[in-house]
Parts: sequence; C-alpha cells; structure tokens
Amino acid sequence: MTASRDRFGRPIVVVTGMGIVTSLGAGKTDNWARLTAGESGIRTITRFPIDGLKTTMAGTVDFVDVEPRSSTGLSERLAEMATEEALEQAGIGRKGDFPGPLFLAVAPVEVEWPQRLELGRAATGQQLDYDDLLRVSGGGQYAPYHRRFTFGSVATYLAETFGTKGSPISLSTACASGATSIQLGVEAIRRGETDAALCVATDGSVNPEALVRFSLLSALSTQNDPPRAASKPFSKNRDGFVMAEGAGALVLESYDAAVARGAPILGVLAGCGELTDSFHRTRSSPDGKPIIGCVRKTLADAGMTPEQIDHINAHGTATPENDKMEYLAISNVFGEHAKQIPVSSNKSMVGHTISAAGAVEAIFSLLTLEHQRIPPTINYDMPDPTILFDVVGNKARDARVTAVMSNSFGFGGQNASLILTREPI
Amino acid sequence: MTETKSSNSGSAEVWITGIGLATSLGEGLDANWDALTERRINVDEKGFAPYIVHPWAPVNLDTQIPKKGDQRQMEAWQRIGTYAAGLALDSAGVKGNKEILGRMDMIVAAGGGERDLAVDAGVLNAAAAGNSAPGFLNERLMSDLRPTLFLAQLSNLLAGNIAIVHGVSGTSRTFMGEEVAGVDAARIALARIAAGQSDIALIGGSHNGQRKDLLVLYEFGDYNLKDKFEPVWARQKQSGFALGSAGAFLVIESRAHAEARGAKPYARLTNVVADLSQRRQSGDVKTTLEKLWSELGNLEDGGAILTGATGAEPATSEEQAFLTEHPDFAVRATGTMFGHTMETQFPLGLALAALSISRGALFPPTDSSGVEIEMPKPPAQIVVIGAGHWRGEGMALVEAIK
Repeated sequence: MTASRDRFGRPIVVVTGMGIVTSLGAGKTDNWARLTAGESGIRTITRFPIDGLKTTMAGTVDFVDVEPRSSTGLSERLAEMATEEALEQAGIGRKGDFPGPLFLAVAPVEVEWPQRLELGRAATGQQLDYDDLLRVSGGGQYAPYHRRFTFGSVATYLAETFGTKGSPISLSTACASGATSIQLGVEAIRRGETDAALCVATDGSVNPEALVRFSLLSALSTQNDPPRAASKPFSKNRDGFVMAEGAGALVLESYDAAVARGAPILGVLAGCGELTDSFHRTRSSPDGKPIIGCVRKTLADAGMTPEQIDHINAHGTATPENDKMEYLAISNVFGEHAKQIPVSSNKSMVGHTISAAGAVEAIFSLLTLEHQRIPPTINYDMPDPTILFDVVGNKARDARVTAVMSNSFGFGGQNASLILTREPI
Repeated sequence: MTETKSSNSGSAEVWITGIGLATSLGEGLDANWDALTERRINVDEKGFAPYIVHPWAPVNLDTQIPKKGDQRQMEAWQRIGTYAAGLALDSAGVKGNKEILGRMDMIVAAGGGERDLAVDAGVLNAAAAGNSAPGFLNERLMSDLRPTLFLAQLSNLLAGNIAIVHGVSGTSRTFMGEEVAGVDAARIALARIAAGQSDIALIGGSHNGQRKDLLVLYEFGDYNLKDKFEPVWARQKQSGFALGSAGAFLVIESRAHAEARGAKPYARLTNVVADLSQRRQSGDVKTTLEKLWSELGNLEDGGAILTGATGAEPATSEEQAFLTEHPDFAVRATGTMFGHTMETQFPLGLALAALSISRGALFPPTDSSGVEIEMPKPPAQIVVIGAGHWRGEGMALVEAIK
C-alpha cells in the first residue's frame, strides 16, 4: 500500500507508538503475555479498608505508588509511564519535545478524602462545616492541593514533561473517554493541523468514594470471592463491572510523516464514530438505535462494510444492561455475520479502566492485529443464551485478523467506536 | 454523509447563529444587555463572607427544563447549563428540530458538580469525635450519599442532560481544565466546521459560584476575592476573583448551513487560538498573549477586546501590560460584571462579543482605573481573551459579517 490518503482524500492516520499500564502489569510485553494467558488482574482491595463495602475487589495498579497518595496523582503517574513507553517505541521528536498536541482522557478531578480529612483535623469548631474548612484553607500551606485538584493539572504536567505543542485538552466522555482522545487526534491529523498527536487516557480512581458512587448505582459486581471470577462479560450470571485502573498512550501520525522518518507502523486508525444516546443518564435507548447509529457511522467513516470486520473488541463491561444492548446493536448492524465474528472483552481480565478503557482496548486491539491472536474472555462458563456472539471464551484464539472494531459506551449517552486495521485500507 | 471530508476541502466561514445566556445579571439577551448598559452588577458580599460571589439570577426552570424529574436529577451547575443551552437553541431557531438536533455536535466545557456539604461535614465531625474504625468512611458514604448525586457531579453529565432535555444528540464531548477548556471547546468546534468535519455545533459551559466546596479549592491558592468588591482592574491591593454563576452557550454553524435554513447570524466566529504558557518567568503570560494576538488574523485598529481576566496574579497584571500595548482597543473585563465563571468565562465572552456586534454597540465601561475606555462606534471586530488564573491562554476573533 503506497497511497498516503484514504478513499475520502484524507491523510491516513497510523499508530507509531503504544504504551500501557493495567492491573496486569506495566508495558506491552507483560500485558500481552498475561492477557493472552487468561490471567486476571482483579484482586481484593488492600489500598484502603473494605469494611462496609458491597464490592471489595478491583483491578487496582498496586505496583505503582505516589506520594502524597491521591487518585489524580496516580492517574498522572500511570499516564506518564504509558507515555514514556509509547514515545520510546515511536522514536519521535526529542526528549521533552513532542511535535504535536496532547489529547488526554482523564477522570473528573476533585479534592479527595485524605486531604479533606486533613483539613478537618486542622480546623477548629464544635460542629465542623465548610466555613471552618475555608478558614484554614488559605495562606499557602495547601497551595499544592490547588495544583493537584484542578481539572487541568494532569494534562499540564504531561504537556510540560513531554513538550507537546499548543493547548493540551483534558476531556471526559465517561467510559468512552479513551476512544474520544484517539478520535480527537485522528481528526486533527485529518484536518492537516498536525502530523502527529499524543493521545493518552488514564484512570487511577479506585478510592472509597468512587467505589461507593458506582456501588450506589448498582453498577458493580458484588461477586467478591474469588476476585478473579467477578468480571463475567456475556455470561448469564454477570452482575456488574469491576472498577479498575490503568493507562494507555498512543502516538498517532500521518502515514506520510511516519514513512518519511522511517517509523514503525503498528496499525491504522481507519475509522472513528460517535453518536449520543438521549434516552437516559445511565441506560441505553431500549431500541439500541444510538449504538447502532454509532457503529454505522464508524463503518462509514472507515469506508468499510460489516463483512470486512473480523474481530470485535467489545465494550463488554459485564453489566446485565451493557452486554445485552451491545449484542442487540451489533447483531442489528452485522446481521448473520454477527454470529461469526469472534468477540472478546478484555474487561474480564483487566476490569473496567473507565476513562482509560477506550485507549487501553485500542492498544490491545492493535496487539491482536500484530500477533494474529485474540485474547480470551475469561469466566465464560455460563454463556448467556440470548447473546449469540462467537465469544472467545476462556482461551486465546489464533485467527486471521485484519480489522478490529473497538467499542466504548458510557454514562451520559456516550457512544464511540473505533476501527483499527493492520494495513491502510 | 457522516464521514469527515478532506482537510483540503477549503475553510468554511463559521457563523454564530444562537446565543443562550442565563447569568447573575438575568436571563436572555435583553436582560443581560440592559444590565450591561445600565452598569448593574449583582454581587453577594454577605452570604459567603468574607468571600464575594455573584449569585445566579433566578429563572422559571420549567420553561427550559419542563420535567421536574429532570430538574431533580441535576445539581445547580447542570440546571444552569441545561437552561442556557435551551435558550441558545431557541435563539438559533433549532429547538425541537429533530433532524438538526440529531446530527448537532456538542462540546461542553465543564468542571464538576456540587458536593453534598452536609454529608462531608458529617464525616468530618465523626472523625473529629474520634471515630477511626476501619471502614467508617465507607459506611458513612454508603448510607449518606444520595445514589443519583454522582450523576449530578460527573463532568460529562452536563452534556448528558442537554442531550436528554433538548435532544442534542449528534456527538457529545466534554472538555475539562478550568478556563482554557472553554477556549478549546470553541477552538475544536470551529476547526471541525471550518474543515467540513461538522456542520453545526452547540458549545458552551456553566458554572455555579455559590459553592463552598469550590471556594475551598481556590482558597488553597489564595485566589478568592475577599471582603470588598472591586472591578477586576482595581484589585492591586487585594488580588483574586469573585466566583460567578452563569450558563453561556452558542450555536455555531457553517455559513452554507445557516443560509440553507435561513438562519440569521449574530456575528462571525473567525478564529480561536490557544496555548499553554509554562509561566516560569515573569512576562511569560504576556509573551504568550502576544503570540496568540499575532495568530488571530487581520486586526484593524480601533476594535474592542472582551477579556476574561480573572483578577488573580500575576496573570492579570501581565495581561494588563499586554493590553497597554494596544491602547486604542476598547477593553471590557467580563469578570467585573459577571464574576469569574471559570470554564464558562470564554464562551460568555464569545456570547457578549456576538451580542455587541449584533446590537451595533459595545456596552459601557464598568471601571474607573482607566483601562476601559468608551467606544463611540459600532464594533466590527472583537477579540475575546481568556488567560487562566493558573494555566492556559486563549483568544478568539469575532467579527461583523460582511
């Protein structure tokens, strides 16, 4: 393939560097080995007490620590690790001088409990309230907490550390955030604004309040024992997702720019699509139309037909609702072909890395293309008889894979899909 | 066709065809314009004393958010934004137009939602009383937090609520990162339309300044204006910002799309640029503003500048030094009249620029320091500036349509 533009006349967007951290480990090599071996990164939480919680396990990244401890601080460190790996592979620019913009998917930021309790200890009053906290917040002793808990803090740090150009964008589209960060990079390169973009997605937010919030929405699995068996996408007895941490970083470049500097081409971002569901804050429209529309838009953006997709890296959260709706939508678009496409959910092993998931799973999709091997969906012992996907259950499967669709669906009606290919279409 | 077109398909002209404002000065374009021309400012110096905030002017929420159930699912910041977004859609003449709303792109600049202050205080008091049993925090949160509060706090659920209430359901993206998130929302939406990747977009944000949890965050950096209200340019003795409350949304679309549906424009959104100054040395912000100014396009002398200057230092002094190099531009600091609405300040500036151009006048100064001068002629070009209190700089050029 020598054409540098796609059939719509747009610059072809390729991936030249990838970096990843999940509960399975740091780096592509470890992650891929464990993922294809069917290992689980879900474990009982040890970072904080679990007394009183309904869900006591998560895919925490326990081998990385930050001081002082905060979810935003951990998100930042995970993003930095993933970015370092991606940049080393891409060999682009110079150290601290990346020749393009940063698009960062990051969880919403707020002051966290350790810091709030610290303020409470510093405050005086019979019955503490926010006025008491306000009286001790100023004067500069907590200035680092302003830096830490502003929404732009992680992007600012990454932009300064890696020397990305222009205004770094921090974004959230809930569980679709990682896919959106990639989409923004693809669009910028297609517009000809830049030859390269750094797309990073990170989430380090397993903390008590985050867990309680999802728990109160009945979104989490409560099958705590054993933790590795909790996440059961497409199974009849699935009961919710498992919170997890991780980060993914991708260096995107125009095909021309990558070829010109002799960069490794790891895959192609052939298409992206998104379509909003306006039905409900947490539930999909029962007819599945927004997801169907999202998948169709993505195929149209890539200029591909359903028959050209030979693997789906599913959103597959293992909530009763998601997996049912994902099957409904995919079978509507793909028809009979839906039963023949191997489908798998990485979340069975790494859990749901929320803001990072779209990028983490795009990277696993690219590794699938590279190795021609589809990672399994573990804990697939009791298939849901109403979901007629060809689920790659429990054991990895060698297969000829030329094009992967990766789906992300989130609270707030966020639907986004990507199509990744080994070669330009 | 949904697929994006070639980047070399030309650069489409982009018009502002809808404006929605619900601020501390009132609801709608007339109420805000009247307040600006009468130099009215709505500040509360007592309710959050010693901190000063600009309270949201009450509205009849039912007119834009008809279902009480929807109103209950939101916290104030989301209600403000969903309300203002509805006004923008009305203003553009697309409210209820399912064909257009179903393919309308949306980029929202958002922070996060209100915490439940009573729940937080309950935990702190239990901790102060010596309750340090393992899991005590878990148990309090499990029993005290309202299950749906999370959805009222999530950044992307402002966009989610706009989709649910108004049916804006093409695409939905939420940018975070304080002031510059509002710049980038406009920048990316404009770039997509100009390149033919999109035809029409809703952009904007909302902010509720009547929040003690936000005051705590900004108090960490000593950014809150205290004790006595002063205009932005008169805060040398005591720097800082008074948090403001506003929803500001705009509908922007390609000229061709607007003309095809017979939409009347307020103004043209010609350019939006942004950068991240590292702010390591004195003068860095000024240097970045100069660079952005040079990238804006062809600026004629005697124009106007609407700035979201925060009052925080050193950024505001550096911006003022930049402004003194353009002495024939009539400057207005929106922070004086509206307070600092963080992610919303830049969309608010865009809205006021388009409104001023459409009304053929710049509103009068609200400042006695000499920075703001009268503008006797109708503005043809207005530069909107947004330099964040801590990080992030942006500018836009809004022009009368020729």
